[in-house]
Amino acid sequence: MTGAGLRLLPAGDTALTVEFGDAVDPRINARVLSLDRALEAAAIPGVIETVPTYRSLQIHFDPDRLDAAALGPAVVRLAATLDDEPPPGRTWTVPVSYGGEHGIDLEQVAERTGLAAEGVIARHLAGDYRVYMIGFQPGFAYLGGLDARLHLPRRETPRLKTPAGTVSIGGIQAAVASIEAPSGWHLLGRTPVRAFDPARSEPFLFRVGDRVRFERVTADGYTQLARRVADEGWRPRFEDP
Amino acid sequence: MTPPALRCIDPGPLATIQDRGRFGWQRFGVSVAGAMDPVGLAVANLLVGNPWDAAAIEVTLQGGVWEADADAVRIAAAGAGFAPTVDGRPVEPHRAHTLRHGQRLALGPTADSARGYLAVAGGFDLAPVLGSLSTHLRSRLGGIDGGPLRAGQALPLRLAEAPEGQDLALDPSLLPAPPARIRVVPGPQDDAFTDEGIETLLSATYTVTSETDRMGCRLSGPTIAHARGYNIISDGIAPGSIQVPGAGLPIVLFADRQTTGGYPKIATVASADLGFLARCRPGSTVRFERTDLAGAAGLRQALAGQLRRLAGSLAPARAMASLDSARLLAHNLVDGVTDALAEP
Repeated sequence: MTGAGLRLLPAGDTALTVEFGDAVDPRINARVLSLDRALEAAAIPGVIETVPTYRSLQIHFDPDRLDAAALGPAVVRLAATLDDEPPPGRTWTVPVSYGGEHGIDLEQVAERTGLAAEGVIARHLAGDYRVYMIGFQPGFAYLGGLDARLHLPRRETPRLKTPAGTVSIGGIQAAVASIEAPSGWHLLGRTPVRAFDPARSEPFLFRVGDRVRFERVTADGYTQLARRVADEGWRPRFEDP
Repeated sequence: MTPPALRCIDPGPLATIQDRGRFGWQRFGVSVAGAMDPVGLAVANLLVGNPWDAAAIEVTLQGGVWEADADAVRIAAAGAGFAPTVDGRPVEPHRAHTLRHGQRLALGPTADSARGYLAVAGGFDLAPVLGSLSTHLRSRLGGIDGGPLRAGQALPLRLAEAPEGQDLALDPSLLPAPPARIRVVPGPQDDAFTDEGIETLLSATYTVTSETDRMGCRLSGPTIAHARGYNIISDGIAPGSIQVPGAGLPIVLFADRQTTGGYPKIATVASADLGFLARCRPGSTVRFERTDLAGAAGLRQALAGQLRRLAGSLAPARAMASLDSARLLAHNLVDGVTDALAEP
């Protein structure tokens, strides 16, 4: 099924995938987010939740309350008025301690990219990142906008354990990890920021469409902020659009 | 006095707390989790008078041993062939049992189903995480500290006493039976496979491997041919999605699946059939059959009808000859008296 560059792909009798293209592209992602907002506003009974990803929106629904055959046409109607400007989103400033024990792959990334370690850090800091998708683990933010000089294939052997707060790069993407997890990406640094804390009134820091800028702190600065996170629930600053 | 609890004496290979799942947070990367076999969860809960989706203990391959740490705990197991015993004596399956303080319910190993459910009247007194008690092991959410249940652990109960009334039983002949073939709806990425690849999925016999877990059912059998590579831009994953990584062997994604993934998904198991697939033990064989959205909706309605008829069969459990007759007699007399008194 197609229409205005849109494909409706059935994902069984409890989900529908609405696909807008086949590329990692800010305009395609903007249409995904625009449909997401339109669906939220439409509040169709039986829609349980939606999952925006790079180029598609997955709609999970209760088939006992919503006829799968009726959802498609409703989506097509909503999609007729989407805009492809990226939504403004909040802009977070995320502190990172680079290299050393916090970023054990920094030297190797420097070697493989032909940059000095400081050059890798400078290019990583210069990026204007957008949260394209949250997945893999609770609150794990996939960031688009990584400097092309830092694009590297994943590690041949993934690490079984990487700490919460790991700031890493993999392929064309960057990420902030939320909890301890295995990873095949390259670890450049670590942030004391907790992207996921189930006990917090807002458990998740980042939303799809938010922007992220990194700010360098020393290893000591990291330790101080980590203490404030633990003691007083410190969160990084953000600007509303 | 210690708070009422069900004590885990032996959890078996894997026991976790599960309800229907954690919905509304997939956009933040939180997996749904929840009971692998919703019919099993519903049956166990029906028998003890709980809502069908109340949190219960999901056991795997073997049912473990559980002890009442309260005056009276009404408990029921669901899951084919888990041969229950109370204090070592065989008791009738497909019914609730009220355990007195210190009594132990054991569920033997079974050759029939990979998963079973143990529900307690009134449910467990645990705090939901993001709206659900379901345990997601990988992200350590829900249940008790996000982990599997361990020997010695006390699971706090909402009720110190079993509710009034007799233990109920259901008519086992009305239990929904597994389909001969698991029905699948093609998509969302069936166009990423050759026609032969799709034909392979629909005609071959696959075997459930021992690498199967709550995240996915890994199958061995003929490989499925991709039309062009096996990487897609990561997108959302529905329950029952059949993803096919580079090696060409399908993986059916279960309750603990990641919310997003980058392998193409050839088809999706009909929601009514997914729980039956989750019952398949390693080594058992599976065949698939194509259906469409209308077909999947029909299967779902038929299953709901079967569950309604099953609920309609609930009745006070009959006495069973294999139980100690004197104790049984005393038990029935006491029950009879309390029932008579409870009559309006």
